[in-house]
Amino acid sequence: MAGTPRKDEISGVETTGHKWDDIEELNNPLPRWWLWVFYASVLWAVVYWIAMPAWPGISDYTKGMLGYSQRNVVQNELAAVKASRAEWDQQILNSSLEEIVKDDTLNQYALAAGKAAFGDNCTGCHGSGAQGGKGYPNLNDDHWLWGGSLEEIHTSIAYGIRSTHEDTRVNDMSAFLRDEILEKAEISDVAEYVMSLSGTATDAQAASRGEELFVDNCVACHSEGGLGNRDLGAPNLADSLWLYGGDKATIIQSIAYGRKGVMPTWEARLDPVTIKALSIYVHALGGGE
Amino acid sequence: MTRETTANARLSVDGWVTVVALLIGAFYATLTAARTEDPVMSVHAYIFAGAFILGLFGIIKAYYDNSECLADQPAGAETTIRYNLDIVKAGVIASVFWGIAGFLAGDTIAFQLAYPDLNFDASFFNFGRLRPLHTSAVIFAFGGNVLIATSFYVVQRTCKARLPGTLAPWFVFWGYQLFIVIAATGYLMGATQGKEYAEPEWYADLWLTIVWVVYLFVFLGTLWKRQEPHIYVANWFYLAFIATIAMLHIINNLAVPVSWTSSKSYVLFAGVQDALTQWWYGHNAVGFFLTAGFLAIMYYFVPKRAGRPVYSYRLSIVHFWSLIFMYIWAGPHHLHYTALPDWAQTLGMTFSIMLWMPSWGGMINGLMTLSGAWDKLRTDPVLRMLVVSVAFYGMSTFEGPVMSIKAVNSLSHYTDWTVGHVHSGALGWVAYVSFGALYCLVPWLWNRTQLYSLKLVSYHFWISTFGILLYITSMWVSGILQGLMWRAYNDLGFLEYSFVETVEAMNPFYWIRAIGGAFFVVGSLIMAYNLWRTARGDLRVESRSLAPEAVPNPVAAA
Repeated sequence: MAGTPRKDEISGVETTGHKWDDIEELNNPLPRWWLWVFYASVLWAVVYWIAMPAWPGISDYTKGMLGYSQRNVVQNELAAVKASRAEWDQQILNSSLEEIVKDDTLNQYALAAGKAAFGDNCTGCHGSGAQGGKGYPNLNDDHWLWGGSLEEIHTSIAYGIRSTHEDTRVNDMSAFLRDEILEKAEISDVAEYVMSLSGTATDAQAASRGEELFVDNCVACHSEGGLGNRDLGAPNLADSLWLYGGDKATIIQSIAYGRKGVMPTWEARLDPVTIKALSIYVHALGGGE
Repeated sequence: MTRETTANARLSVDGWVTVVALLIGAFYATLTAARTEDPVMSVHAYIFAGAFILGLFGIIKAYYDNSECLADQPAGAETTIRYNLDIVKAGVIASVFWGIAGFLAGDTIAFQLAYPDLNFDASFFNFGRLRPLHTSAVIFAFGGNVLIATSFYVVQRTCKARLPGTLAPWFVFWGYQLFIVIAATGYLMGATQGKEYAEPEWYADLWLTIVWVVYLFVFLGTLWKRQEPHIYVANWFYLAFIATIAMLHIINNLAVPVSWTSSKSYVLFAGVQDALTQWWYGHNAVGFFLTAGFLAIMYYFVPKRAGRPVYSYRLSIVHFWSLIFMYIWAGPHHLHYTALPDWAQTLGMTFSIMLWMPSWGGMINGLMTLSGAWDKLRTDPVLRMLVVSVAFYGMSTFEGPVMSIKAVNSLSHYTDWTVGHVHSGALGWVAYVSFGALYCLVPWLWNRTQLYSLKLVSYHFWISTFGILLYITSMWVSGILQGLMWRAYNDLGFLEYSFVETVEAMNPFYWIRAIGGAFFVVGSLIMAYNLWRTARGDLRVESRSLAPEAVPNPVAAA
């Protein structure tokens, strides 16, 4: 109700005379400091608009006195980084992997570049410590599916495994059950035999039944005694390291349905220098040959 | 159905409109349910149809019960103003319900971040689906219901006028709940248009538009009927909130559905235009929903609870108009260092800086209203909650402009610092001012002399304040750590850390945040219990009465 202003006893300030549902308002002025800071922020904004790109027009915008452009800043920064690395990169490009590793400073540079590239591109599957996981090889040990020399690692990274690259590394672990090559019971026997190779078999009779099946179906790739064949990327089955798992159920799964893990080709995505650096970094992780 | 029935037992114009609309809606929804091959649309069409039919049954029942909700001039309205308080009660109940649901969803995803196995490999329980469920539940379901409930209460009392229409306010309330259910179930089924805080698909957006326009008319109608010469400041803020949200919602959700029976749509804008529209919407959802709307709550409940006049009428005018004018420009600061043109980034940043004082005007008016009543903070935990909310408001509206500065933003953007900033505003400001309002409203609405227990309010206050502090401090540390790790280079110019390493570094802070969130949830459960006992009319015997006297809110004589 529009009443008459009254003096509020506690503050000594007049009210506006407005009253809504018993709520009144004091007629205090704007706090000075508040007003001045507000003015200052507006003034600062105006100064900023004069200095920097700010107001749009019909087809253009005010460029600002400092000539700032975010795109230029990024381009310049990228160019500066590129320039600072140009000499190193050129040397890496022109040297063989062995030569780089022998040159201490160049090797340090390659390891730093490889570490950064590994963190951005490889950790998603191989883990932040290259420790691997189910279906993704551990890169710290000296157990290699396709070979652990600098060149072999380089080939794996550049062309990938079962990738879209025409020179990709590829092999075919058959799906023995799905493709009706072996019966379920036979697969179970083969699994027991495979387990016996690393001394974990639970049923000696089954293992001996499986040996014959293994010779007929598996040694072509996995070699006699299941020792594997790196040329074909066929894993050694006689050690205690497993890509998918060494328990019976997992081994049966591997035999019955095959395994088709994919490592992408990085040639299209990363430049040659980075791929070289990655090869050197992975080689140096502990298992390089 | 003869003319001899009482005045209550007839349908008003808006009643008939509602009935016809529900009939058409039920028919159309059933038709869609029958025709669609889209499982999401099928579920939603059935929900719509079911809701419309329930609505019709509700109206028929009210009609034969001679329910007062069908009467626009209830008995006794000739001598005193009969406010529509049932709608406010419903809003209070919905607020508490959705609040707890939203807080729980939030704490669930906080634990999922700390321990990802809690995703349970289930699509509907995945972080990606629960996260919009959380944000929508707390902002729109909890915050929205608090705003609807308090706005309907405040606008009636400060205008000395009953809400217009009979079914229109109820349509707003139930229509809004239906929107929440459609949005939430859609998220769980994976339906989203991929716009943050605007995830619901086109048909949910259309439905909300209808509900919101009716809300606007109910609010404006009350202002129109008012018996006061002037409009109280809280109502300016409510009106700015309702009107601007309508505009933001419609423009940001412009989309072309794949077909009338498909839940999928394609947004009208593309690329950077879409991004800018989205953050124009997103930032002003913060500005007009979470700031203007809740400032309206502050402007009514703080002076009411403190029993003091608002500090400065002039400040309220100047900060209102400057806030409204500045806020709408600030959205581009969400897109610093992106494809957004430099000039737009500059404007977004400078307007955010200029927004600092207009935002603080509300804080000053809220805090200074307590001059002469500061002693009440010691004895009244509800007032303490309201005041601390204003303090958090002041802190967040200072932190916001700081973070909008491009140099700061280059560190803070995409990090947990942003998450911490949002939650100091959301938990400290929005939720606390809402809790304060709910603690005031329940005794007033259910005609109780005072709350069941002020001691429980005190527990709620301290437990959730501790939770908020854990939350925002852990997010500050983790956010700054994260930002610094992202930009750390070694001597040779290579990144020092991989992304995975930064994620590992976040983990301890994710645990702290999740535990802080759990404290906040516990606090809200204490509130729910306290409010429920208050509504029942119970009064807890407490050794030392904390408040000298309850704060009554009788209807002033007309």
